[in-house]
Amino acid sequence: MDILFLLVPFSVVLALLIVGLLAWAVWSGQFEDVDKEGERILDDQA
Amino acid sequence: MKGLWRAQCGVSTPYFQSDLMPMNSTIPGPSGSATYNDTIVRQFAIAAVIWGVVSMLVGVFIAAQMAWPALNFDLPWLSFGRLRPLHTNAAIFAFGGCALFATSYWVVQRTCQVRIISDKLAALHFWLWQAVIVAAAITLPLGITRGKEYAELEWPISIAIAVAWVAYAVVFFGTIGIRKVRHIYVANWFYGAFIIAVALLHITNAMSMPATLWKSYSVYAGVQDAMVQWWYGHNAVGFFLTAGFLGIVYYFIPKQAERPVYSYRLSIVHFWALIFTYMWAGPHHLHYTALPDWTQSLGMVFSLILLAPSWGGMINGVMTLSGAWHKLRDDPIIRFMIVALSFYGIATFEGPMMSIKTVNALSHYTDWGIGHVHGGTLGWVGFISMGALYYLVPRLYGQSQMHSLRAIELHFWISTLGIVLYIASMWIAGVMQGLMWRSINTDGSLTYTFVESVKASIPFYIIRFVGGLMYLSGMAVMAWNVAMTVRAGRAQDARIPAVLAPV
Repeated sequence: MDILFLLVPFSVVLALLIVGLLAWAVWSGQFEDVDKEGERILDDQA
Repeated sequence: MKGLWRAQCGVSTPYFQSDLMPMNSTIPGPSGSATYNDTIVRQFAIAAVIWGVVSMLVGVFIAAQMAWPALNFDLPWLSFGRLRPLHTNAAIFAFGGCALFATSYWVVQRTCQVRIISDKLAALHFWLWQAVIVAAAITLPLGITRGKEYAELEWPISIAIAVAWVAYAVVFFGTIGIRKVRHIYVANWFYGAFIIAVALLHITNAMSMPATLWKSYSVYAGVQDAMVQWWYGHNAVGFFLTAGFLGIVYYFIPKQAERPVYSYRLSIVHFWALIFTYMWAGPHHLHYTALPDWTQSLGMVFSLILLAPSWGGMINGVMTLSGAWHKLRDDPIIRFMIVALSFYGIATFEGPMMSIKTVNALSHYTDWGIGHVHGGTLGWVGFISMGALYYLVPRLYGQSQMHSLRAIELHFWISTLGIVLYIASMWIAGVMQGLMWRSINTDGSLTYTFVESVKASIPFYIIRFVGGLMYLSGMAVMAWNVAMTVRAGRAQDARIPAVLAPV
């Protein structure tokens, strides 16, 4: 199962990147006033 | 980069000056005299309809071959073994792919209120993708294959796919980077996850050592190759066929229903849960093989957990119609979209059940797997794509609606019936095969020979062929309807509205 030497570190790095992305989203206010954001797409003309 | 953003937005203040501007505001920009690039949407939308017909036609032909093997005609280029991957690649990457590209280019521009960052890269994406499809149509019947499921195309085509994908990623993420709306609408998160995941999956699984121009050897071997292959295969389902199409759900269902997503919070939560969990489910394709038992158990457990975020998405989409259920009766387009979510729910319940080792011991290698796949592809992926395309086509050609609403109704009913015939026949055949294969006489010998199970399956192969033929007929009706709509209309790009003032 030598492939695990590739897959496990790869997955850990990936998981950390995903957590980092989530942290950025929270930090930069992506999740503030989400109900309004849900309605915003209906204001568009197309 | 930041300077570029400021210049694009026509603003001299820093983009993220959160203490001066409300967190959810949009940046005021130049008034909307520019247009979105809807040419790329048009191209991919029409391509999706055409490849839909082609991929389903190949599917119906190979289904007929299963029932009537004489249809192989003793010709290598028409043999089932070579045509099957042509069908799967065409259905997933040509039809599904073009539907995803069309919708994502439409959605990213409108939710960011900006034209795509590069028309040229988008055009490269389109033409290279069509070239890849044509290359597949030529090489697969010639028997040029890597033998890896949903990754059969040989290395030169693999490289072309990667190039097209990089172009797509640059345009998609670059457009988000120059957005005029601060918030990144949830559909774009789903598309973004789909794009990144597919890039990782493709590059990892396609790694091979070329031996000749059309022959390469995987850098992985044996059960390790199997693990990488099914990490890829299941995430192709999870990110290409699920996350991407959930992006479609989160934009086109609210737009068609004229109501916001039922719970925006739920959409965020189930997004993160989904993308984290999907990555681990791959081993459920390898139960009772040489893969280590603990890996199989990991795949099984995560597949069961996956039921929750998947159904979260389904419930969120369906409940968007809360207070407007009558639209299901009156509007066939919303019906396509909601029924798509119902099939999504069925498939994401059935899948975890089949991931249970005891169940899998019966279902693996049988036609139950094919039934499961086609409920998911015809029901979920097909229907949500068709709903979105019916939304897009009139708008892309300056029409208020499709040429014929009755034809959409006909399409819906004939295709739904076709799906039901398909999956029911495959469920019965699959369980029957599993039971026949494991049946043992009192003296320990097998009750049935393999060929007896094949013979017993033929009536179900015929029913499945009929179901598939009905689904193809529905698609043909759609192609006619689209052609008539295009003919009556005029290609036009929508103007970008003036960005809404900050609240």
